[in-house]
Amino acid sequence: MSERPTGPLPGELSMREFGRWMWRQVTSMRTALVLLLLLALAAVPGSLIPQENVDTMAVSQWKDAHPKLTPVYEKLQMFSVYDSPWFSAIYLLLFISLVGCIVPRTGVYWRALRARPPKAPRNLARLPESASFTTQASPAEVGAAARAALRKRRYRADVSDSAGADGIETAEVAAERGYLREAGNLVFHMSLIVVLVAFAVGSLFGYKGGAIVMVGGGFANDVRSYDEFKPGSLFEQQVMEPFAFDVDDFEISWLTDGPRAGMASDFVSHLSYTTEPGAEPIDYDLRVNHPLEIGATDVFLIGHGYAPVLTIKDGNGDVAYSGPTPFLPMDGTFASFGVIKAADAQPSQIGLTGEFYPTFDMSGGFPTSIFGDPINPLLSVVLYAGDLGLDDGTPQSVYALDTETATPIMSEDGTQQFRLDLRPGDTVALPDGLGEVTFDGIARWNKLQISRTPGKFVALGGVIAATLGLCLSLFMRPRRTWVRARRQEDGSTLVEVASLDRSSGGDPERGAAELAAIVESLGGPAAPGESAKAVEEKS
Amino acid sequence: MTFTDAQYEVFSYEAVIAAGVVYFLSFLAYLVQFASLRKVGADVPVETGRTAMAGRLGLVLAVLAAVIHFVGLVTRGLAADPNRVPWGNMYEFTISGTFFVTLIFLLTAKKMKTLWLGPWVVAFALVALMAAFLGLDDAVLPLPDALNSPWLVIHVVSAVISTAAFTIGGILSILFLVKERRELKGKDNSTGYLGRVPGTATLDRISYRMHAFAFPVWTFAVLITGPIWAHQAWGNYWNWDPKEVWAFITWVVYAGYLHARATAGWKGRNASYVALVGLATLWFNFIGINFFSSTSQHSYAAPATTSLVQVVEAPDAALPTT
Repeated sequence: MSERPTGPLPGELSMREFGRWMWRQVTSMRTALVLLLLLALAAVPGSLIPQENVDTMAVSQWKDAHPKLTPVYEKLQMFSVYDSPWFSAIYLLLFISLVGCIVPRTGVYWRALRARPPKAPRNLARLPESASFTTQASPAEVGAAARAALRKRRYRADVSDSAGADGIETAEVAAERGYLREAGNLVFHMSLIVVLVAFAVGSLFGYKGGAIVMVGGGFANDVRSYDEFKPGSLFEQQVMEPFAFDVDDFEISWLTDGPRAGMASDFVSHLSYTTEPGAEPIDYDLRVNHPLEIGATDVFLIGHGYAPVLTIKDGNGDVAYSGPTPFLPMDGTFASFGVIKAADAQPSQIGLTGEFYPTFDMSGGFPTSIFGDPINPLLSVVLYAGDLGLDDGTPQSVYALDTETATPIMSEDGTQQFRLDLRPGDTVALPDGLGEVTFDGIARWNKLQISRTPGKFVALGGVIAATLGLCLSLFMRPRRTWVRARRQEDGSTLVEVASLDRSSGGDPERGAAELAAIVESLGGPAAPGESAKAVEEKS
Repeated sequence: MTFTDAQYEVFSYEAVIAAGVVYFLSFLAYLVQFASLRKVGADVPVETGRTAMAGRLGLVLAVLAAVIHFVGLVTRGLAADPNRVPWGNMYEFTISGTFFVTLIFLLTAKKMKTLWLGPWVVAFALVALMAAFLGLDDAVLPLPDALNSPWLVIHVVSAVISTAAFTIGGILSILFLVKERRELKGKDNSTGYLGRVPGTATLDRISYRMHAFAFPVWTFAVLITGPIWAHQAWGNYWNWDPKEVWAFITWVVYAGYLHARATAGWKGRNASYVALVGLATLWFNFIGINFFSSTSQHSYAAPATTSLVQVVEAPDAALPTT
């Protein structure tokens, strides 16, 4: 048996070195770039496959249509891509990389801000933009003039005079401008972190809920009042504001001509709300694009529909059900479906399921609604009796009838199910002594979305700051310019001017023109760039 | 003298067709110019004579086409009742976007010395107008309530402008790649059209500047005005709606392009490829998503039957059945 070496092998990294190496990899520009492109790629499936948190119904339809793919996709979390660990891993790595890049750069920038512009390189003629000329002015005079000229061009400029050991007099000006570019760059990247955090806070601590509220009815902000409620994972109920509102009236207008005849527009829901129990009610007209803000909670009008009002008397002649029942619209004509369950009816429970047509039409051979406004309303339902499955305690959708144990009631000749076609005001006696149904009228409901998204203004501020920072980082043109004036042996002064453009899209002609203008302002030859340009424009 | 909405609509169609014809003539003039420059060295100035004339004619016709195109847009907006901005559906967005491509070219050509982009721009305008006319045409419709907002102007105009600028940036990136490839293969670049196109360094620079202009505008459209409007209309500032997701993808890819230009080994060619991927996602988002996704709340390509914002879905939870 050979002896195991105890120390690290040659070429092996210690933990610490490995950590440093990893950190350098993660924070490198190349990694950031790859992660960015990976993030773009990872976002694709979520746009092609229906998402749980976007459209639950579409997800279940998709699952029914693809029984083989579904288990695979479920494992890969394809139905909630944007909450999935693998998607989160990419953007978290990206943000770690970003922090690792930004923090040191902020330090570098901070020192650069306080430092003086870097000293002139030894050989100015080697820089991409340079010029030289001789003048009779002394080096000190040239230095002072250069400093003034550069400051006028919004450079930060330093001048240093020196008489070297050999007695040669020189003046050097080092100047830099466009510091805001890097500042903008840093602001942009830091703001992205702010936006990410604000977005996370909004989805962790906020909630989104939906409620169907009858026109004429009311809503109190309590979890139990919601028909659907999606809280963030850190949401706590006590943050819910104690507001309440009544939907007093709802207006809608229908286009009766033109290419979009039949379309509804100008929805207004007249609300009166109180911010807390006992407070003075305030009126508000809720419209699409005009949500109601109460504290940090917003109320949106996102849908509407009809609720037939029915009274069901059971076999004993007692009222077993009375009131409006929301029906859900299936399309723009507001043909709607719904279910009415009279759980208290005796001797057996009564269930009705079917459609409501605001403007009934049979001319095509099958029942349809041809218009959304209730011009010719008809309620057409079939009848079930017996156990509706309501008593075993399992929650049931109000839009579905459990027909497993209920009996469909057939028409007298027994060929088809007994169907009630009711117009407002109609009363129909049910067969088998089950009772009678009266269609009292039509009520309306509004679907309201109520959501609380903490941090939304922080997110907005973050994006605005990011965009401003981005503009600075893209349009600021950082530049360094140096001027060196040196007394020649014949007494004249040799002036060298050179610039270094540090922006990524700088226009070389603009740079050349600036350099030429600086040369001219120091008493050098007239700017050839400028005059050449003038000639070109004249021709 | 006043016109009816129907007259404006017909007039708008005629103007768009006329603009298409003039774009075509402009393209022909450019073809004549560059065909006759085929054997002429790039350093030979061509300021007079028939070749120069053809080039000038191409530009003049492009300007004329843009003017007619603009008239087509304005009358399209006037044809709607009530009058509105002419970008309420796919057809209108396409003709508006195409107009901005031409406009950005005409406004920047002199300053950025990009007159040689002319043939590509007019060819693009012609193809886009034809596609809009044949494949995307839709009646002038009043806007559904959800679209009826001042954000329609701000959000969509910024999306249209940035789309146009990205498109020009993409054309420049393609030219960069073509020219670089020829340079690498050692082919002669000194005559003909490619000879008149500036060198790869300059192409890369103007392409970058076009993208650098478009990117903040796109950010404004997608990450500022989009969420504000989404919050007002749909109750959520970010919905992971397919259109939003693709707008985000486009944003990330162009952010990648800007990074790539600053990353060693990615400058030039690879950065150009990233820019072209960005352009592909942009146009896929505009055209593709409307046909591939039925769940998008942005799918204005679908026949407008929905009543309010969406047909209400059955809530999952049980309502008390009282």
